[in-house]
Amino acid sequence: MNKYLLSVHAAPGADCHSMPPEEMQAAFQKIEALETEMKEGGAMLFSGRLTEPDTATVVRHDDGKILTTDGIFAESKEHLAGFYLIQAKDLDAALGWANKVTTAVGQPIEVRAFWNPPGS
Amino acid sequence: MSGQSDPIERAFREGSGRAVASLIRIVGDIDVAEDAVQEAFVIALSKWPVDGVPDDTAAWIITTGRRRAIDRLRRESLGRSILGDMVQDEALADPLEGEGEGHPMRDDQLRLIFMCCHPALNVEAQVALTLRLLGGLATKEVARAFLVEEATMAQRLVRAKRKIKSAHIPYRVPEGREWPHRLPPVLAAIYLIYNAGATRTTSTEEHLEDLCLEAIRLCRLVRSLMPREPEVRGLLALLLFTESRRATRVAADGSLVLLRDQARGSWDAALIEEGHALLEPCAPAGPYQLQAAIQAVHASARTFEETRWPKIVELYDSMLLIAPTPVIAMNRAIALGEVAGPAKALALVDALELEPYYLFHATRADLLRRLGRFDDAAEAYRVAASLAPSVGEENFLRARLRELR
Repeated sequence: MNKYLLSVHAAPGADCHSMPPEEMQAAFQKIEALETEMKEGGAMLFSGRLTEPDTATVVRHDDGKILTTDGIFAESKEHLAGFYLIQAKDLDAALGWANKVTTAVGQPIEVRAFWNPPGS
Repeated sequence: MSGQSDPIERAFREGSGRAVASLIRIVGDIDVAEDAVQEAFVIALSKWPVDGVPDDTAAWIITTGRRRAIDRLRRESLGRSILGDMVQDEALADPLEGEGEGHPMRDDQLRLIFMCCHPALNVEAQVALTLRLLGGLATKEVARAFLVEEATMAQRLVRAKRKIKSAHIPYRVPEGREWPHRLPPVLAAIYLIYNAGATRTTSTEEHLEDLCLEAIRLCRLVRSLMPREPEVRGLLALLLFTESRRATRVAADGSLVLLRDQARGSWDAALIEEGHALLEPCAPAGPYQLQAAIQAVHASARTFEETRWPKIVELYDSMLLIAPTPVIAMNRAIALGEVAGPAKALALVDALELEPYYLFHATRADLLRRLGRFDDAAEAYRVAASLAPSVGEENFLRARLRELR
């Protein structure tokens, strides 16, 4: 089994906050059903939805000093909105789950394998 | 891949794809498999002249390569760790034990082409991997085929192979339900390889013509592995019809000869017959079958005037239903022009948004010429010539421009 990160990328305002309540309800139900399927299929390791990107804080070392800045690391049109950490046999299996996730959340999903140390 | 390649090089090209395909399954690593096949051919070069050429050269290469690969993996004590990843169950069994229907080895080349053309890889990588691994072309040759530096191509191949390994792209034949999604990139890669060869037929670099034959060889291979798949038959028919006329598309001075003016008697009748036979069983449905059906109509016409244009228009209409692109709409308009006249065709072509496409201007130029609007035609030929992708095509368009005066 290999581990994959399925990250959900969303444009600002493209989340459920702007939806009418009944649509939001339906969206949540779809996602909940999918997450149950992922758990029962033995794929789900961990998942989470992140808070809004403007609530992020970046910490870095600059010339020996700790620098703390308000806001996200890289400005871009889309931001990381949440992720699924899954295990799957190969990329095809991972893409199969990604296909279901993008259908449920309505946002593009980036799929990346976790690095396996040599000899593992 | 020069035209005068020696028989050993040829044998390498024919057999290396099959050997690499089997060894990837057996050892589970693309680079190890490639190196092992290279080594096996080096051994063959010294052994065959002394011991004689074995009956089944491909089997000999695979057996020898497998031994080298396993030795190397043991030596590097990576052994099982690498062998575990891609390899299926029968990894270390004798790879040559029976090779009939249902035996894993029969499907190795199919596994390989589906891996090379996995939709998670970009199109450039798909084409490069297919030519390198399945076609047995050297990196230098793949680079030359696509007009990039060898180092650039080497990097592209390394990156693609790294992605296959790190993202765990599987070495398997997709299941039936996946085919609608997985087959098109395979066919597109073969089609691109053919076109890379065909569009440069008019250039001075003759070695590139081999790409057309390589694409046909790959397409025949896929056909033999998936004999019942209509779009595979369609693509093979399309390539064969196109190939049947290739020699007549270029004049002695290297300039392009239009379909209208080609020496039909010199079209390759055997390829045409094979193309017709591939299309026969059913009405064309997919895009390659439809394109092949259009070429079949041309191939059946003894003269340009005898061409069944209404049938061609009908086939383009079917294509537009699948893929409503302006290029197909333009080709339909050209065919319609042969039925309804150039004025009607020009009106349709002018409505298309194809400004950057040289054939759009070449088409307009031809229609304007036929309508007697010579100044407009000259301007369109000038634009077309400035956008032409090859010297042969540019020369052709400039010659047409001169004829107007």
